[in-house]
Amino acid sequence: MHNEIIIGGFGGQGILFLGKVLATAGMLEGYHVSWFPSYGPEMRGGTANCTVIISDQEIGATISDHPHIVVAMNEPSLFRFAPSLKEGGLLLINSSLVEKEYQKEGIEIAKIPANQLAGKVVNNPKTLNMVVLGALIGYRPILPLSQVHRALEECLAGKEGLIEKNNQALETGWQYACQGGVTHVSQR
Amino acid sequence: MEKKILMKGNEAIAEAAVQAGCQLYFGYPITPQTEISEYLSQRLPEVGGVFLQAESEVAAINMVYGASASGARVMTSSSGPGISLKQEGISYLTVAELPCVIVNMSRGGPGLGNIQPSQSDYFQAVKGGGHGDYKLIVLAPSSVQELITLTHRAFYLADKYRNPVEILGDGMLGQMMEPVVFTKPQFPPLPSKDWAIKGKNGRERKVVGRLTLEAQALEEVNLRLHRKYQEIQKNEVLFEAFGSPEPDLLLVGFGTTARILKTVVREGEKKGLKLGLIRPITLFPFPRDEINRLANQAGKVLVVEMNLGQMVEDVRLSVEGRVPVFFYGRTGGMIPTAETILSRVEQIVS
Repeated sequence: MHNEIIIGGFGGQGILFLGKVLATAGMLEGYHVSWFPSYGPEMRGGTANCTVIISDQEIGATISDHPHIVVAMNEPSLFRFAPSLKEGGLLLINSSLVEKEYQKEGIEIAKIPANQLAGKVVNNPKTLNMVVLGALIGYRPILPLSQVHRALEECLAGKEGLIEKNNQALETGWQYACQGGVTHVSQR
Repeated sequence: MEKKILMKGNEAIAEAAVQAGCQLYFGYPITPQTEISEYLSQRLPEVGGVFLQAESEVAAINMVYGASASGARVMTSSSGPGISLKQEGISYLTVAELPCVIVNMSRGGPGLGNIQPSQSDYFQAVKGGGHGDYKLIVLAPSSVQELITLTHRAFYLADKYRNPVEILGDGMLGQMMEPVVFTKPQFPPLPSKDWAIKGKNGRERKVVGRLTLEAQALEEVNLRLHRKYQEIQKNEVLFEAFGSPEPDLLLVGFGTTARILKTVVREGEKKGLKLGLIRPITLFPFPRDEINRLANQAGKVLVVEMNLGQMVEDVRLSVEGRVPVFFYGRTGGMIPTAETILSRVEQIVS
């Protein structure tokens, strides 16, 4: 088990928190984990990304040159990170914000209309990050969903009022992916 | 707090300092270490301590001097450019023999540089960035858990030897999150600080930081400090050995680079390469004997750093020319990849 995951998007989409919940879930499952944010000279509303590594071995560098999973929450991060994906890797695209198609040989491309689902199904647009995380686990079950729910509750300690909606968002994204979702495996 | 939690490096240092009994923190913000200040600005008042954002790094280090003279446990933190500003104060702290902990979460240099991880402050930390014949004890953590244990240790060593201790990390260690468990600092008892200035109350006058203008007297001061540094070299060396105990090539790296070198050792093993790694945990005192021993056994050494060759000089001094020492480094905030290092390793071994 060794997964390097890059999550990229706009500041404000909850990217660092998404990464934190994912890393916490990995920790609860007993793996070595690391979480590393982008901390360049970025401004509010600019780009944000973070790298999460979940492994059964001690983790070396906490950045990834060839990730196993790239989550593109917006278009700029799609074109920035998708080219580095490992063969057989997963590209998860937030299709609410990304209209352009992306082509790369030997990867799986999956979509999640996260803004729509967060807005209409969960009824809280701010939960789009948890919709995406649910979908990620649905498409690539690297961790049990139950552990992600537990991690979410741990990360929201002191903000218990937010747990229910975020759990619902996780569930929504997960179901979307598990019921087929939209995937496409590029041929070599 | 024995539960495993996910924590950011900078916050882990700050909490570990509080647990070690740090009562006072003086600092000035700079990326990538500002979370240390942010955390302590909330946390220190909770334990009856003082957090103060100084008007500059120079002011902060001189506040450390004053606070330490009172016998309290005190810390400051910064990154490269800020640590440069503190050098005058650091030199003064060493001759006054005032214990304190200085954290450098270093970034790309020289000058203002950038805010990405770097190890180019090795010379500054280990060889003295300030003036005079002095040494800092320098600790080099390589994980968030170790940031905690070495912060505890830093306060202990500072008091034990009445000497400033620098924790030399980098932007990656400061910014990343890893699972940690907080354990209670446990060290042998320390002598009481009978030198500290806490109000005269009728007793005889004490002086901290004497001015010694007479040459012979100042030489005596320096020789006394020198004996202390020799004592530290004898007693306090820490390192981690990893990989093959009988390697064909010895790798040496500290901090973030050592993490990457562990990946190199494991990947090398898969290719049938017998690689060993020495990770100095104390940069001063430097684990020269162990490096010398393993280097002679391996016959070749590769030093990897996030700079253009600083610690490699100490490795060369350790082996005294008996063994070829190769070097690979990235600088300016670039992080070497395991892939590239491994191809360098294969070149050297074949």
